[in-house]
Amino acid sequence: MSRVTYSIKESFSQMWRNKGMYFTTIAAMTAMMLILGLFFVAFVNVNMFTQEIEKDYNVIQVYMGEKNDDVANQEVQQQLQAITGVDSLEFVSKDQALQNLKERWGDNAYLLDNLKTNPLPDSFMVYVNDKDSASTVANQASSITGVDDVVFYQDTIDKLAKVTHFIEVGSMVCMIFLVVVSIIIVANTIKLTVFNKAKEIGIMKYLGATDSFVRAPFVLSGMFIGLFSALISTGLIYFIYTKIIEVLGTDIAKIVSVSLVPAMDLVGFILATFAGLGVGIGIIGSFISIARFLRK
Amino acid sequence: MSMIEVKGLKKSFGDLEVLKGIDQDVEKGEVLCIIGPSGSGKSTMIRCINHLEKPTAGEIYLDGELITEENIDKIRTKMGMVFQSFNLFPHKSVLENLTIGPMNVKGVKQEEAEKKAHKLLKRVGLSDKANEFPRNLSGGQQQRVAIARALAMDPEVILFDEPTSALDPEMVGEVLDVMKALANEGMTMIVVTHEMGFAKEVADKVIFMDGGYIVEEGAPKDVIGNPQQPRTQDFLSKVLV
Repeated sequence: MSRVTYSIKESFSQMWRNKGMYFTTIAAMTAMMLILGLFFVAFVNVNMFTQEIEKDYNVIQVYMGEKNDDVANQEVQQQLQAITGVDSLEFVSKDQALQNLKERWGDNAYLLDNLKTNPLPDSFMVYVNDKDSASTVANQASSITGVDDVVFYQDTIDKLAKVTHFIEVGSMVCMIFLVVVSIIIVANTIKLTVFNKAKEIGIMKYLGATDSFVRAPFVLSGMFIGLFSALISTGLIYFIYTKIIEVLGTDIAKIVSVSLVPAMDLVGFILATFAGLGVGIGIIGSFISIARFLRK
Repeated sequence: MSMIEVKGLKKSFGDLEVLKGIDQDVEKGEVLCIIGPSGSGKSTMIRCINHLEKPTAGEIYLDGELITEENIDKIRTKMGMVFQSFNLFPHKSVLENLTIGPMNVKGVKQEEAEKKAHKLLKRVGLSDKANEFPRNLSGGQQQRVAIARALAMDPEVILFDEPTSALDPEMVGEVLDVMKALANEGMTMIVVTHEMGFAKEVADKVIFMDGGYIVEEGAPKDVIGNPQQPRTQDFLSKVLV
């Protein structure tokens, strides 16, 4: 039996002997990772949504009135081109607009097949030279006769940026708090195990065992707590998020024309991050708890 | 000056006072056997002597030097201990179990430590087991390895904490024979034991403990053969049937 095998066997043995305590610790860490994971999933989705909208930020959509004919549209086009700050124009017919919408909706495009008439208007995509001038261009465009509506996304982007920032800061604060709490919980759990084995540790040290030899099973136990918590929490996040996508995914895609990030795209990253985080917390917690006993 | 002097030793675990004031001297080359019922404080006393348990009060001296938390590592190199449950490292061979202490604690070179380990294994009758792992040895053999391990540190005194308690009866003899040989060679020994025959034959002095006190002490022929205290008489009447 090698030293590594011995340490692993010892760590599982002490986890089994104190299974109630270890189970509670794993449950607590799993709950904390679950909270962090859900924050992360929300952050990724809002961030992606913001980025999608930002792509359209230098574009102003100018919708034509329903009664406009080709001549009226051409007059609007000329007036739009004359506005300072406009770089180029792209005419999108109502048929093209419907086609574009179908492409964005992807698998859900069949929902648009049953429309009796195309409700979308003709429009111009007005590209501006400078994003800061979008607001001025939009104001001038909306005053042109024959223009029904003007849409650009600065307000939405600003709001989304705030939400993203809030989730980002919230996640960081939450993470720091939860990591500290996790370290304390793991350290206390290991400390109780160490306390139960204090006599044995004393004898081992007496007989010439090195600190690393005594420490190894406890550090491994801490690492296993972290790993098990990471596995369970990632599984739960996958399950919960998949359910959310199943229940709400279609509606969200319809409302904002952006699909939620697929669960499988996130699960690998979450597992790797949590495993690293959990193992790190386990190692730090166990080092803290056994240090005092090794100094004896 | 006695080799070991114990003065006013007290030890409590929370509210439970296990040792209530022990005074005892052990001379060089003396074999002291500690007998008494379970929970009387015998093991706690010898664990306090080498600070495996920190005394609550009192002083312990080895060769006139007060044992403290600061010098305990140095003191322990002079004070071997044999435990009830052997405590051999299961992932190390017999030879490695004997060399780990001298190499890690005293900084002895591997070659030198191994040479000495082979000599000690011969002394305890286990020279053919050097490369075996503890799991392949009987309880008696493991305890003999543990004695050899204690000797590997060249101790001035060896503390034995019920060394035969965990053994099958037929293996007790082989361990006691090794201990007798050590005593005959002049090794200073403090032995917590229930083996009255061994205590009577080998000990220079026997102390009977109960309730955290030394109730009676003296030569084995007196304490075991002709106890004066009712509590000692009662205990011995039960174990010497």
